[in-house]
Amino acid sequence: MHVPDGFINAPTSAVTGVVAAGAIAVSLRGARRELDDRTAPLAGLVAAFIFAVQMLNFPVAAGTSGHLLGGALAAILVGPYTGVLCVSVVLLMQGILFADGGLTALGVNITDMAIVTTVVSYAVFRGLVKVLPRGRRSITVASFVAAVLSVPAAAVAFTLIYWIGGTTDVAIGKVATAMIGVHVLIGIGEAVITALTVGAVVAVRPDLVHGARDLRQKLRLRVHGELVDAPAADGTPAGARTAPVAARTSRRTLWVTGLVTSLVLAGFVSFYASANPDGLEKVAADKGIDKKTEEHASSDSPLADYGVKDVTNARLSGGLAGVIGVGTTVVAGSAVFWAVRRRRTGDDVSPTAVENV
Amino acid sequence: MGAGHAHRLYRHGHSPVHGLPPHTKLAAVLAFVVVVVSTPREAMWAFGLYAVLLGLVARHARVPAGFLLKRLLIEVPFVAFAVLMPFVAEGERVDVLGLSLSVNGLWGAWNVLAKGTLGVAASVLLASTTELRELLLGLQRLRLPPLLVQIASFMIRYGDVITDEMRRMRVARESRGFEARGLRHWGVLAKSAGALFIRSYERGERVHLAMISRGYAGSVPVIDEVTASRAQWSYALALPFAALLVCVLGWSL
Repeated sequence: MHVPDGFINAPTSAVTGVVAAGAIAVSLRGARRELDDRTAPLAGLVAAFIFAVQMLNFPVAAGTSGHLLGGALAAILVGPYTGVLCVSVVLLMQGILFADGGLTALGVNITDMAIVTTVVSYAVFRGLVKVLPRGRRSITVASFVAAVLSVPAAAVAFTLIYWIGGTTDVAIGKVATAMIGVHVLIGIGEAVITALTVGAVVAVRPDLVHGARDLRQKLRLRVHGELVDAPAADGTPAGARTAPVAARTSRRTLWVTGLVTSLVLAGFVSFYASANPDGLEKVAADKGIDKKTEEHASSDSPLADYGVKDVTNARLSGGLAGVIGVGTTVVAGSAVFWAVRRRRTGDDVSPTAVENV
Repeated sequence: MGAGHAHRLYRHGHSPVHGLPPHTKLAAVLAFVVVVVSTPREAMWAFGLYAVLLGLVARHARVPAGFLLKRLLIEVPFVAFAVLMPFVAEGERVDVLGLSLSVNGLWGAWNVLAKGTLGVAASVLLASTTELRELLLGLQRLRLPPLLVQIASFMIRYGDVITDEMRRMRVARESRGFEARGLRHWGVLAKSAGALFIRSYERGERVHLAMISRGYAGSVPVIDEVTASRAQWSYALALPFAALLVCVLGWSL
């Protein structure tokens, strides 16, 4: 999905560049909170890991193979801010050194591959971890779902950017169908590998998995035959665990009902709701392209049966778009919630700890 | 791992282009690509002139044409995509060799191919005349946030180490008779990735401790500040300014 130069027009590239720069600035501050002065070496090494893992090809079938994108993996293992930084640095270096992805398209690439994948997957992951029963298995399940959604979400983001500033007027419905269709498949591969990898790390060093901090047990010492809480060595993890239990359960039910309802509404109801072409198709029609398309669709062009394909896929992509929309909403909602909570609790508590409450 | 000091794309040399300060080269390439992208696609001759300009730079840098063309192969996936465009794009159609092609799609394919190729060629020229360390210094000089430059430099420095770690794991797997053939083997690969992550992270922790013991307090001291004279700047910026001239002509004609 590395976008080359000339694929997206100059103004859109500039705007996405600004978006990417802003997100990286936020992540730099956030990563310093996640890792303090360990940021440079650790994020650097994790970026090297992502870079190496992208070379790890997994066989799919009949001689073809795919490779990991790593956005979801980075977000779950080291946290969203560091994840954004790592993937962005990987993309920057790929652009400058290996000419993989255009320099002017760097903003587009960072926005859809580093920011969207990381943010969507982390939001979904945190939501599911709060909803599911505590345990290692739910971490694996949550990372599977997070990764499976993150890749099509990036495809949707790309389609949107293309819709705004694409240089060719391929009907947006076709772009969406092709991009999302392909990336759902890629996403499944990504999800399996991500879930298994996170599972492997959780089994050996659960303390290294940023997304599984809740699973850590409080250190207790047996003194004269009875268990006593060990004094906290340093403040960072202790703050996360002194959360009141009652608040946790009530908030969890809230999360459960909210997330399940919206997922059901978005994923299934919209699946059955409209047999009409979806919104993007309609936009293409409104622009006056549709008459010609119809004629040509029935002509002898090799892609003549796109129309049929589009109708069958319109429902699916509608449902999918709904689910992804929920993901985005969860992100926005959590961001607001997060900001409010942070203001209330003051500056000494890090936002990552607050999120655990 | 014979080469620890240069990346795969670097081509050692002592040409005037190799000798330019890295930040001037970075700025020049970036400006050039921006100019290329903002050229109207109908001005076909302009892209030819851009290619000539890049050819001149390659000549100055003594990068052989074969080397450059081989590196351009990275673009192949997009060529495939561009070839598809005339079939799926909307609008007016023309018949070429019995195929119904979209005019807009043809323009779009040309647009992506021309601009993409020029962008890749410019990046390849930059990478083949600039060492890694210089590139990082150049990025720092261009006021990229220092933390980002540090992360990038750690990634570059340890990239080979981590890749080697992965290669050793692969050798270990294969010497035990493992061969990844299909879905059933994903688990093994994922466990390798997990182990690789743990090793990378722990190495990061060790690197951090080693840095602290040498007095690291959040920033790496800059020992060799790169500077560029006015002559070097004007030499480097000759490329984008020439391109700008072509671009302006392209818009006005």
